[in-house]
Amino acid sequence: MKLRKLVFAVFGLLLLTTSGTSFYRSRHLEEAVVLSPGVSEVKKLGDYFEGIRGTVNDCNIYIMEGEEPGGTVFVMGGTHPEEPAARLAAWILAENAVMEAGRLIVVLSSNRSASLVTRVGGAYPPDFSIPTDWGERTFRLGDRWADPLDQWPDPEVYIHYPSGQFLAFVDIRNLNRTWPGRPDGSLTERTTHAFMELIRQEKVDLFIDLHEAELQYPVISTIVAHDRGEELAAFTSMMLSDMEFNMGMEYSPPSLHGLSHREVGDHSDAVSLLFEAPEPFLDATRGKTTREQLLTGKDEFVVKAGKAGLLFEKMDENGWPVDVRVGRHTSAVLMTMETWSELNPDRPLRCRGVPRYDEIIALGLGHWLHDPSAAPPERVEIE
Amino acid sequence: MTQIQTVVSFLYYLLVAYVVVLLVWNFVRSRKWDEEILYLIVLLPFLLRLFRLK
Ligand SMILES: [Zn+2]
Repeated sequence: MKLRKLVFAVFGLLLLTTSGTSFYRSRHLEEAVVLSPGVSEVKKLGDYFEGIRGTVNDCNIYIMEGEEPGGTVFVMGGTHPEEPAARLAAWILAENAVMEAGRLIVVLSSNRSASLVTRVGGAYPPDFSIPTDWGERTFRLGDRWADPLDQWPDPEVYIHYPSGQFLAFVDIRNLNRTWPGRPDGSLTERTTHAFMELIRQEKVDLFIDLHEAELQYPVISTIVAHDRGEELAAFTSMMLSDMEFNMGMEYSPPSLHGLSHREVGDHSDAVSLLFEAPEPFLDATRGKTTREQLLTGKDEFVVKAGKAGLLFEKMDENGWPVDVRVGRHTSAVLMTMETWSELNPDRPLRCRGVPRYDEIIALGLGHWLHDPSAAPPERVEIE
Repeated sequence: MTQIQTVVSFLYYLLVAYVVVLLVWNFVRSRKWDEEILYLIVLLPFLLRLFRLK
């Protein structure tokens, strides 16, 4: 019996070390960013609010000063890291964008803690790789919520500040439920508070939060707009639908609290928009939760759900490849800048170097991810 | 409020450690092989959390 216990204990230890090593590696995987020639300064979130300095969420802030003066646009990736097209689209901006007029601020890991963990008990792949012209780049998959190692335990009910609205307990770790945050709150609340400080201090005119959504969710392939951004969003969605791909537009519900499209607009001078692209990986009826499914967006079970009329976006055997999803985001950002400049000629936003939808589909998004080993070390950052 | 959270988190880790001790104790004392496997499987997530791995 003693021998049996010993064998079991060794087996348990083996499971602990193999799983533990995998989790440790995924939490410490370094992602490179090769700075675009347009990046004039890299700041930290802690530069705007001391309460976040040195924490896991003290992320990099990439600032691209324009050649000519204009407005300031802030594009946020990584609110929900397990929506990779949102992060990758922001990555393409950070590595390629050059502002001709106005200023661009980019964040790749807005809830950095959430990018360090995958769904607990979900058996998600820890990372994924994108083929490039010179090799491949590996990214952390991440989760929707901040890592429980960084913020725990959760309350019984999450009471949103300052509205007092009751939200699901787990959403106290969801960056898109804690806006506008508070200086003495949880890690996630302090993170959104720090971003609100950034928006105020940098006098951001336009805030764009990038996301992906499951096809069974009605808010998909759309721009969600704050009241002050309705005209901008309507024009942008019209232009995109006419020239590139179908894009909807919805109003941010005034009574739904904690979301960026509502709170950023309500608590700052910035116009806030949120973009959603389709990601079958997020659908509850998906098949295998694999890297391949994540990147090809192909899934026979989600197709079946579509045939049963359960989806809010089309789904066939071609799926929703990551290039298509990233291309939707870069084009939507560029089109928003163009529309913004027409509506606000005194604060223009003009950008070059960023590929549109057609170009990304033709060449693959990896074409715009550069080789960190070929770049000067001072132009490479780690996320 | 951040201080209260730190204290609550600390108490939480104490609780996790206590459950780990209980499970290990039960594993050692158990006489049935199926129970022993069960204790081990239940123990894993507690250890992963205690060592701050997941
Ligand atoms: Zn999202």
